[in-house]
Amino acid sequence: MEQRLTIEPVTRIEGHAKISLLLGPTGRVDEAHFQVTQIRGFEKFVEGRPFFEMPSLTARTCGICPVSHELASSKACDQLLAVTIPPTAKNLRRILNLGQLIQSHALSFFYLSAPDLLLGMDHPPETRNFFGIAASDPQFARDGIRLRQFGQQVIERLAGRRIHPAWVVPGGVNTPLAETARAAILDEIAEIKALACNHLERFKQTLAQHEEHIRVFARFPSLFLGLAGQDGKLEYYDGLVKIIDSAGVTIADHLDPSDYQTFIGEAIEPWTYLKFPYYKPQGYPGGMYRVGPLARLNIATHCGTDLADRELQHFRALEQGPVSSSFHYHYARLIEVLHAVEMIENLLADPKILDRNVRAVAGVNCLEGIGMTEAPRGTLIHHYKVNGDGLIEWANLIIATGHNNLAMNQGILQAAQHYINDGAIQEGVLNRIEAVIRAFDPCLACSTHAVGTMPLMVELLGPGGILVDRVWR
Amino acid sequence: MTAQIITLTINGLQVSGLASETILQVARENNLPIPTLCFLEGLSTQGSCRLCMVEVAGSPKPQPACVTLIQEGMEISTHTEQLLHYRRKIIELLFSERNHVCAVCVSNGHCELQDLAREHGVDHIDFPYRYPAMTVDASHSRFVLDHNRCILCTRCVRVCGEIEGAHTWDVKNRGIRSLIVADFDTPWGSSTTCTGCGKCVHVCPTGALSEKGKSVAEMLKKRPSLPYLVANRTLEH
Repeated sequence: MEQRLTIEPVTRIEGHAKISLLLGPTGRVDEAHFQVTQIRGFEKFVEGRPFFEMPSLTARTCGICPVSHELASSKACDQLLAVTIPPTAKNLRRILNLGQLIQSHALSFFYLSAPDLLLGMDHPPETRNFFGIAASDPQFARDGIRLRQFGQQVIERLAGRRIHPAWVVPGGVNTPLAETARAAILDEIAEIKALACNHLERFKQTLAQHEEHIRVFARFPSLFLGLAGQDGKLEYYDGLVKIIDSAGVTIADHLDPSDYQTFIGEAIEPWTYLKFPYYKPQGYPGGMYRVGPLARLNIATHCGTDLADRELQHFRALEQGPVSSSFHYHYARLIEVLHAVEMIENLLADPKILDRNVRAVAGVNCLEGIGMTEAPRGTLIHHYKVNGDGLIEWANLIIATGHNNLAMNQGILQAAQHYINDGAIQEGVLNRIEAVIRAFDPCLACSTHAVGTMPLMVELLGPGGILVDRVWR
Repeated sequence: MTAQIITLTINGLQVSGLASETILQVARENNLPIPTLCFLEGLSTQGSCRLCMVEVAGSPKPQPACVTLIQEGMEISTHTEQLLHYRRKIIELLFSERNHVCAVCVSNGHCELQDLAREHGVDHIDFPYRYPAMTVDASHSRFVLDHNRCILCTRCVRVCGEIEGAHTWDVKNRGIRSLIVADFDTPWGSSTTCTGCGKCVHVCPTGALSEKGKSVAEMLKKRPSLPYLVANRTLEH
């Protein structure tokens, strides 16, 4: 006898999804599906558009991480122009990316996951949200808002607006950095650095409370993939692809992002709109890998900034070899926030950041371009083919959440098997399964939704689709 | 011969003008704004967009201000509720007819259609969008024609024929199937008549004509200072 459990929609994530759990005759979870229930169609409707629009056009994929799409897209477009962009433009793009990383990580940790971590997995769902956090620990909520505000203001001060700025263009950026903007950001660095340090420290103090979550939240051996700098340093904007295995052994290094199709395959399953990228040499689904904060810190030899490097040492001590529990995405996220603040300070300290030469101008010089960056959630790939007039003929986008799809599915199976044994539904248990997904911080599409107010319905179906049990939230 | 002076009222205000002047000209001389889209001073008048429709006492239907000559004793209203309603609907129809995606348009923030929509409080479109499959002609080395953003105002056709003297642009088909074409419907880049002067780009009110290489919101038209339009306006007077 087979039964099916459905969690729909999954709350406090970006985008829309549901989780289906298939129960075997003994009530044990046999299969788990993380199903993305929406299709966007960006790769199709950009066809025929001039590639100069692509950074801003693809940015509309998402309201949380538009900057990430702008950067991967503009790198692909730089290749179409066949230009090397001015060094200042590259560094300005780096700062923009770091501002994006801070605001996105702050959103994920403080707004979306903190309700589980601070209030508890079994806290009543009515107040298990950011407003509940604001009521129980107002300073924590204020700090989270402040960190996100800082990241958003970095974007605004560079690019003119916080969401969907049209500042990143093929060949560079469209205006140089103003001295006033640079000074305004630098003025706030000390405050933000202290906030990042404090909350990282506070999180570390709570790790013992989450021993069970660390053990069962998508903790399994897998490959890790991400960009790395030339000397193996943590890298978000440039760099080459590095892949390590579950033992921490480098199995591929210095892979050119432009060759991504030789080592990344994309599988399709009929029950979800999200594809399943995999590491080609190990096949599907064996070539499962993880990307994002956890993968980046597992891959990097060092961060390259003082405070983040010190924290990386503590992080490395969590496990022998790569940190394998996806619960530690949260931990890695907080280290990355600290690193990003330090990096912004370093990049702005260079007087050349005010250089007026920030754009290379050219026409179509190449008919194919591939851009790869590290978005907050992981490796992001934009791949375009254009005709001689510069109109898009074909596009392929692989977003970070896609890379993690196999791991997320395996993660919810692991958690579901741990928490559900007899088919009985308990709200707190379901929230733990959702929390596995939240640890990955998937960005399934383009927008957030009202936190904590969306209904959650779980149905337990017996053979023939007969309703056995139903739980509402 | 002395030109005849005519007196009339616009929105209750007594004004006067030459018999050869249109309602629009007299209104603007008296700082009484009437919205326009196809009209551009220095080019011939087309009267096709219908945004400048005004009510004339005694006339059963609104009249286009850009092509209607003033007459003695006319009583004109430019902003009645009915006219504002018509104007909103005209703007809505323009948006629904093709794919005007302001957010990712090269002219975002610098577009006459967008400005008019904002001024008239068009915050949604009542008509169903047609979503036609329109092409982009990027065959010219310096410019791009995006039919998705074209409102068929024909300013490009007129400036090319009347001022540049090239007459590269024209309109093919009729009604909703109308399309701006270069020469005898050839790719712009293959046009043998286009001089590459760029006048059409800068008189275009939307993002339909733009300079190649401009990214989203980067296309600023130099319309207010176009010397050839100013010169032509002076000649007309």
